[in-house]
Amino acid sequence: RLLSDLFLTKKSELNRNGATNTVGLEFISHGMNHVEGGWPKDIDHENMEQTIRFRKKAGKNEAYISSILQLGSVMELCIRQNNAIDKYEQYFEDEEEEEENHNAPYAKTMNVLRDPHQVKRTVTSLSWSPDRGRKLAAAYSSVVFQQTSQLSTDSYIWDIEKPSIPEMVLKPPSPLVCLEYNPRVSYTLMGGCYNGQVAYWDTRRGCQTVAYSSVEHSHKDPVYKVIWLQSKTGTDAFSASTDGQVLWWDVRKLSEPTERLILDLSKEGNLGGALGGISLEFEITMPTKFMVGTEEGLIISCNRKAKTPAEKIVCTYDGHRGSVYAVQRNPFLPKNFLTVGDWCARIWSEDIKESSIINTKNGVSELMDACWSPVRPSVFFTVKMNGVLDIWDILFNQSDPTLSVKVCDGGLYSIRVEENGRLVACGSEKGEATLLEISSGLSVPQKNEKSLMFERETKREKILMGRQREIRLKERCRSEQSREEEVVREDGEESPQELLARAEKDFYSMVEVELKRRRKGKDLIEV
Amino acid sequence: FADVEETLKRIQSQKGVQGVIIVNSEGIPIKTTLDNTSTVQYAGLIQQLVLMARSTVRELDPQNDLTFLRVRSKKNEIMIAPDKDYFLIVIQNPSA
Repeated sequence: RLLSDLFLTKKSELNRNGATNTVGLEFISHGMNHVEGGWPKDIDHENMEQTIRFRKKAGKNEAYISSILQLGSVMELCIRQNNAIDKYEQYFEDEEEEEENHNAPYAKTMNVLRDPHQVKRTVTSLSWSPDRGRKLAAAYSSVVFQQTSQLSTDSYIWDIEKPSIPEMVLKPPSPLVCLEYNPRVSYTLMGGCYNGQVAYWDTRRGCQTVAYSSVEHSHKDPVYKVIWLQSKTGTDAFSASTDGQVLWWDVRKLSEPTERLILDLSKEGNLGGALGGISLEFEITMPTKFMVGTEEGLIISCNRKAKTPAEKIVCTYDGHRGSVYAVQRNPFLPKNFLTVGDWCARIWSEDIKESSIINTKNGVSELMDACWSPVRPSVFFTVKMNGVLDIWDILFNQSDPTLSVKVCDGGLYSIRVEENGRLVACGSEKGEATLLEISSGLSVPQKNEKSLMFERETKREKILMGRQREIRLKERCRSEQSREEEVVREDGEESPQELLARAEKDFYSMVEVELKRRRKGKDLIEV
Repeated sequence: FADVEETLKRIQSQKGVQGVIIVNSEGIPIKTTLDNTSTVQYAGLIQQLVLMARSTVRELDPQNDLTFLRVRSKKNEIMIAPDKDYFLIVIQNPSA
């Protein structure tokens, strides 16, 4: 052993100026059993008498006495030293370090969790466990149409400290497209399968599903998103699929959905003309409302508590040119929500239905998923088909992402930020879930952010509303002029001339208000 | 014999000392003030640590030898005084 150690030191000297590429090591941790050892053969260490006798004899040994006396004095010195002064005292414990925010933001890869199977599947959905994110649940399935059953149906729960082997395997009836931890009950999960079923797990009970919905009453297309609802029993969830339905489930009785909504804009409940749901949004602070992002590019806002099914669909937002892969409300400003689809990300204000209030420029490749940072109101993350993770800070720069990181070679399909805002997990098409740590500049909340966001947003909204009114006015004028006959005019509707007059008045009053404000501002500066 | 007892008593009575163990070169705890399970655990683990530390020191300089080893942890400090045939282990929490 000594010889090999020497050899190693020599070798490292040679490599001093180079870098070494190490092979990944697999670690398994397990306990160690301590057994008493070292006793001479004739003594049974269980036998108290024998051990005591041995010890007494050892205690009388000459060498023993002399060495202990000497060791004792050395030891005493050190003990006294420790008592005299605390060498390891922490000075200035209460002072916090000065935040170095001048450094460039970074996202450091902490770990890569790889799909253990030979045939890699795409990580289509990720969910952090609610107990401070020690575990990450990942759903694996194939997004390629009709790629058959050589793929295993397993999905995993990973412990982020142990990247070499998943902590738990989940075995659904068909590959999972989406998977969510219940934010209230941290050991239960709900997953949506490729064949339309939804499945429920209780991690205390092992890896088989506790229950899954019956095939007849489930979705007819892959379930793209499932979200847990806030309820007293903690057992309600709802799911969306491209078959045009949104189904509500109670996990205690998964054989049938408790409620059903068909995403048919003509409000006739016609499944044939329904839009395919591909993402869902639900905010616990607004439990009666939810939004569905569709394959057709529209975002539908719905009210669960409406009396008739026709009224459940409240309004739509014409979002993207392709599937809306993610919809999420800003956790600090719930009136604003983020959507991604085609090549850009858009931020909307609920009240303005015509267009989004902020769009990013069209990127090089499609955006597949996005989410807001749970700690900073102006930060959101998007992932793209070219394997790039973009971090946007819209208070800092709206035209480009604040940070762009190329995570992997394939496309990135899913992203989730952990509750503390520092850890981000993104899933790729090659079955890798990469964990990144975000620099403190992007994950520590700044002081006035929320109010700043709000100011700008409201101003922007007002301007846009004004613009909308103008557009509507112009259109109405045009249609008035082209059609001489009026069909039915509702009471209270103004004639075109009156509209023009009102618009002019509004315009001039707005200009005056602005001028007055500027004058006042100038006066203040002069004073 | 009595001197040994006295020395140990003196050490035990120092402020913050939580336990004293004397282990022989085979890893058998000769004298201890802790319960049996902890003693066996300390003896086994620390013996390995001492062997490693000693071999480290001697490899860096064959003329050198280990005289004392201190392992400072968040909760306490484990001090080990090694000898040719025995070692003395003291666990102390100085701030207690």
